[in-house]
Amino acid sequence: MKPATAQRWANLLILPTLNILTAFVVTTLVFLAIGVNPIDAAKLLVKGAFGYQNGIGYTLYYTTNFIFTGLAVAIAFHAGLFNIGGEGQAYIGGLGVGLVVLAFDGWLPAIILIPLAILAAALMGAAWAAIPAYLQAYRGSHIVITTIMFNFLASSLMVYLLVNVLGEKGQMSPETRSFAESSFLPTWSEMLGWFGIPFASSPLNISFLFALFCCFAVWVFLWKTRWGYELRTVGANPDAAIYAGINPKHIVMMAMLISGGLAGLVAVNELLGVQHRLLLGFNAGYGFGGIAVALMGRNHPVGIVLAALLFGALYQGGAELSFDMPNVTRDLVVVIQGLIILFSGALESMYRPQIQRFLSRFVKDEVSA
Amino acid sequence: MTAQHSKYALELRGITKRFGRVLANDHIDLQIKAGDVHGIIGENGAGKSTLMSIIYGFYEADSGEMLIQGQPMSIRNSQQAIAAGIGMVHQHFMLVDNFTALENIMLGAEGGARLKQSAEQARASLNELAKTYGLEVPLDTPVDQLSLGVQQRIEILKALYRKARILILDEPTGVLTPQEADDLFRILATLKADGVTILLITHKLREIMAITDCVSVMRHGKMVAHRVTAQTSMPELAELMVGRKVRQHVERKAQPAGAALLEVTNLSVTDASGVRRVKNVSFTIGAGEIVGLAGVSGNGQSELLQALSGIIRFQAGEVRLGDTTITPKRSKNPAQLRRLGLAHVPEDRHRMGLVLPFQAYQSQILGYQREARYNATITLKDKVMADEYAQRAETFDIRPRDPHLQSSNFSGGNQQKIVLAREIFADPQVLLIGQPTRGVDIGAIEFIHQHIMDMRNAGKAILLVSVELEEIMTLSDRIIVMCDGMITGELSHDEANEKNLGLLMANAGAKEASA
Repeated sequence: MKPATAQRWANLLILPTLNILTAFVVTTLVFLAIGVNPIDAAKLLVKGAFGYQNGIGYTLYYTTNFIFTGLAVAIAFHAGLFNIGGEGQAYIGGLGVGLVVLAFDGWLPAIILIPLAILAAALMGAAWAAIPAYLQAYRGSHIVITTIMFNFLASSLMVYLLVNVLGEKGQMSPETRSFAESSFLPTWSEMLGWFGIPFASSPLNISFLFALFCCFAVWVFLWKTRWGYELRTVGANPDAAIYAGINPKHIVMMAMLISGGLAGLVAVNELLGVQHRLLLGFNAGYGFGGIAVALMGRNHPVGIVLAALLFGALYQGGAELSFDMPNVTRDLVVVIQGLIILFSGALESMYRPQIQRFLSRFVKDEVSA
Repeated sequence: MTAQHSKYALELRGITKRFGRVLANDHIDLQIKAGDVHGIIGENGAGKSTLMSIIYGFYEADSGEMLIQGQPMSIRNSQQAIAAGIGMVHQHFMLVDNFTALENIMLGAEGGARLKQSAEQARASLNELAKTYGLEVPLDTPVDQLSLGVQQRIEILKALYRKARILILDEPTGVLTPQEADDLFRILATLKADGVTILLITHKLREIMAITDCVSVMRHGKMVAHRVTAQTSMPELAELMVGRKVRQHVERKAQPAGAALLEVTNLSVTDASGVRRVKNVSFTIGAGEIVGLAGVSGNGQSELLQALSGIIRFQAGEVRLGDTTITPKRSKNPAQLRRLGLAHVPEDRHRMGLVLPFQAYQSQILGYQREARYNATITLKDKVMADEYAQRAETFDIRPRDPHLQSSNFSGGNQQKIVLAREIFADPQVLLIGQPTRGVDIGAIEFIHQHIMDMRNAGKAILLVSVELEEIMTLSDRIIVMCDGMITGELSHDEANEKNLGLLMANAGAKEASA
């Protein structure tokens, strides 16, 4: 085995697996402490997430959101930026969808309306990211601080708009009128129905395929184009970027616009795919979840799909679990997620020295030259 | 502790240290006589620094034992090393810039809670030490206002104040002028006379010959030879370090300089904090000419190089590059300058020349990533890049050849070759080179020098910035010297020697005139 290969394996496979296992071990201890049989709980969780068609549908529907926000965090990360603002960008992306659909769903056909709404989601998400990006690039305000603050701004703005401007008159809940059917994305059961395959009805819709396409597009962009090359150069070594005639300010803007745009696409899945109206808090938690997904997926699209799947399964399986086991509350499911984030995010490299020592036994000696 | 008297101040037996796949120290045996100046030489990556870190407790050896004054001792951290009487002067000083010399020396040995009282005690004993060893330093000046030579003395005082009887110096003359280095050696001689054992790590053979009693040679993680300095020679040591015969000099054929390709007039650079780093610098470089820029590091050479390559802006003056005139108002960025035929090998290849996580063939296009031959409509042409890299790796003997190896996995010399190959293959008219052989093995140095000479012979204009005087003297047709941001003199290849360069580097002429 070549040393570089060993390194890759340690990074890509062994380390994340060990981290998740550790999280599960600690979870087991928590379950034992509150008198829940961990094996039963695990069975229930897996069955809830993957055991039947409707469950799978929900799992993949949550996964879709995590893919979008995970990609958003990853692309910023490759440019050396920590975009904490996925939450707000997704929210404002929803505003874009809402404005376009509410304005045009009376007369535009689906084939034009839907792409327009998707574009609006990306553009509004990007626009919301553009301000912190500008402040970082040209004014030196730290992107972490500004994106966090912009989450609060987004949330306040949406409350104001939904209550005072966009909300349906004579309605108690802060949400818009329902979208016309021309804006609905085809669901999984509809699409499979076209081919005569039955599939239980669930929120899973075509956005899932769109999310997978975005993964591929992000991969090509980052590793196969010169824009991606320049972006990664800025992220890995800003001095080398300046030396190479790359303007880091432009890259910061580009990376954050793409990042915000991807986060905005959460609204496509949520609003065009499922809710069919603009409502309060549809983005809840996906923006922050995306940070954990990107960390766990090592900022690589393939890893992000896998990590998003894990989080989707935890969302769906966890909901089933708290439904069936009164001892396991919704909060405890959040604890499990927190443990996974802790061990694969914050303590990501905990086992690295041990693994490297272990792997080095299989590697032939090489003396530094 | 009743120190059992031993012939050896420090003895290592079978010290082995492995970093993952790399065997950094392979059964190192070393005996250092009390009161000796003992040199350790070796190429970069030979394992010298690792060995010193083990002695000083930064790393723990995987196996082997260490005896200090004849006592077996295991040292796990620097406090234990200090307690055992070992002091270390690092290559990059470990000083807090905005603390005074006194505060720096006391740091970590403040004594009780009442700082002022212990400061007075420290001052008294430091004055004593300074008198004994000729180590006068201004105790109440913040160290960032002191020269590097003085900062180094503070480091030495720091060690002595902690009662070090074994002093390790890692590449101590790298940042000093030749005159400052002479001062250092005088101090070391005084310490030796007082019975302090000194361990000198260096790659400069001249220093080994000048001040050591014994010398040990490391190569590829092994101790390959021990010699009594008086019984060896520089060529023998060089051969032991590299493992083969080394040809020290590149051939220089006489060649008159052609038309000026780079003309710098009254250039001034002010840094972000408002300090003028480069002051009214003017020079020209003709086709087929190497102009060396000498100076103690930190005297404006880096800023000059960065301003010329477009990385930082200059505030006054004018640069003429071929037919193009660049002024502060009409500035050019590095990408534009490359298109005008200017290539730049940066001083610090890790900070600028390469992107360490990138594969070698990707680092190979850094700065040229927009060139048409690498770009399809949307994607980069990976195959073109890799093929081109393979060809360059062959020409420049970059090892290993694998274009997909991460840039960080190459040795310093090979990383430098990647950068040089990139800039030389770009076929520029003007080539700016900073520290071409810093951290590069002796074997690769002659190769790199030959390529620089070939560029000169091909009629290119070359500006060479280096802190290695020998390199400057070997390669340059003319040498300009900078001190405090100004050009303090210019010497031809034949006039230059270490003495007159050193005087210009310290700007001694001006000081005498003003005194």
